[in-house]
Amino acid sequence: MIPAAFDYLRAESLEHATALKAEQGEDAKFLAGGHSLIPLMKFRLAAPTALIDLSGLGELRTLEQTDGTLRLGAGLRYRDLELSSVVREQLPLLAAAVASVGDRQVRARGTIGGAVVHGDPAADVPAVLVALDATLLLRGPDGEREVAAQDFFVDFWETAAGPDDILLEIRVPALPGRGWGFQKFRQRSQDWATVGVAVQERADGARAVALVNMAAVPFRARAVEEALAAGDGVDAAAARAAEGGAPPSDLRADAAYRSHLAQVLTAKALRDAGAGR
Amino acid sequence: MRHDVELRVNGVRTTHTVESRQLLVHYLRETLGLTGTHVGCDTSNCGACTVLLDGVAVKSCTVFTAAADGGEVVTVEGLAVDGEMSPVQEGFRQCHGLQCGYCTPGMVVSATGLLLDNPQPTPEEVREGLEGNLCRCTGYQMIVESVLWAAEHGGPGEAARRVTGADAEVGTR
Repeated sequence: MIPAAFDYLRAESLEHATALKAEQGEDAKFLAGGHSLIPLMKFRLAAPTALIDLSGLGELRTLEQTDGTLRLGAGLRYRDLELSSVVREQLPLLAAAVASVGDRQVRARGTIGGAVVHGDPAADVPAVLVALDATLLLRGPDGEREVAAQDFFVDFWETAAGPDDILLEIRVPALPGRGWGFQKFRQRSQDWATVGVAVQERADGARAVALVNMAAVPFRARAVEEALAAGDGVDAAAARAAEGGAPPSDLRADAAYRSHLAQVLTAKALRDAGAGR
Repeated sequence: MRHDVELRVNGVRTTHTVESRQLLVHYLRETLGLTGTHVGCDTSNCGACTVLLDGVAVKSCTVFTAAADGGEVVTVEGLAVDGEMSPVQEGFRQCHGLQCGYCTPGMVVSATGLLLDNPQPTPEEVREGLEGNLCRCTGYQMIVESVLWAAEHGGPGEAARRVTGADAEVGTR
């Protein structure tokens, strides 16, 4: 399968990328790892007139730690994060989720920023970033702005990033030594999650719970968090994992089965995160 | 739009003019005639098109040639040295790691990439490491044995080692 014709343009700097986008107009798209966009272009579900490749920009591939915050360049590939001892030590939840995405070859190309901007509710990283209370740094025509991960995901494949915005950085509070759990169910090892769940214990001991593929956006399971805060046990809290969700029905699973999976996986992930001890 | 690209493929410098939308797998197969790299699913699921790009296994059906400009590619044709099969290739021969052979080039290159990262994998790590390569014949058992054989007999091999750039950990400032 061959995509519709387009012009490939390699950005030499962020300023150059922005200038190219202004020049090429609304049907141009930014390209990162391409592992969501290129298949869509092959299926002709996307037919951008130009691709502005950001993958050569070193400033999008930095990983810094300042004042208890990890700052992950949006162009870091899954493989970079998997190989990073800093990520494994400071954000073990993210390290575990990233290592479970796709397969080795996909992780060698796909980027964390690309996964976020693509906004697929079946992707693991967006839900993990919601559970981690991450903040996203965007650069648009009017300058830079920050958006909380919780507010970034708007609808299926739709985010708060405008067509001219470039995601620069993902800022995550480091949580070494805190409990975490990541569970996902899939029919084959490289599949997208039928349902997944990320649990992160915060510095104050509260646990954040976010689910993959239980709504059109990463689904924050507030009912579970509130039940835990009210002193409910793991099973009682996990039983509320699908409350307020809107899981899709497709060939892999119907909504009722997804709701069931959400409860089972949430109980497992909560126990992995040390809840109920 | 057309681009002048320069790549090193199996140690040989190649320069061509390519269209923006040309995929790396098509450049290898149709422009260079290296048909060992196969097109299977064409959607980055099956791994038949796996090559090493700058020392890392990638799916060449999902990389544009223009984006690989300046890169170093190793295909299955580039693994043997002076006509002698690489340890992974020899492992597939010794352990009968193939039947129809369609997935084999991708499987061999992917296993080579795995051994570059992890020279002594456990059987479980081989299975996980090859999850991006589908085989419809073997049931995988003999493939896992082939890769474990290779790990004991020289690992990824000289041709693959030669192209491994500094794929070090991402620096922390």
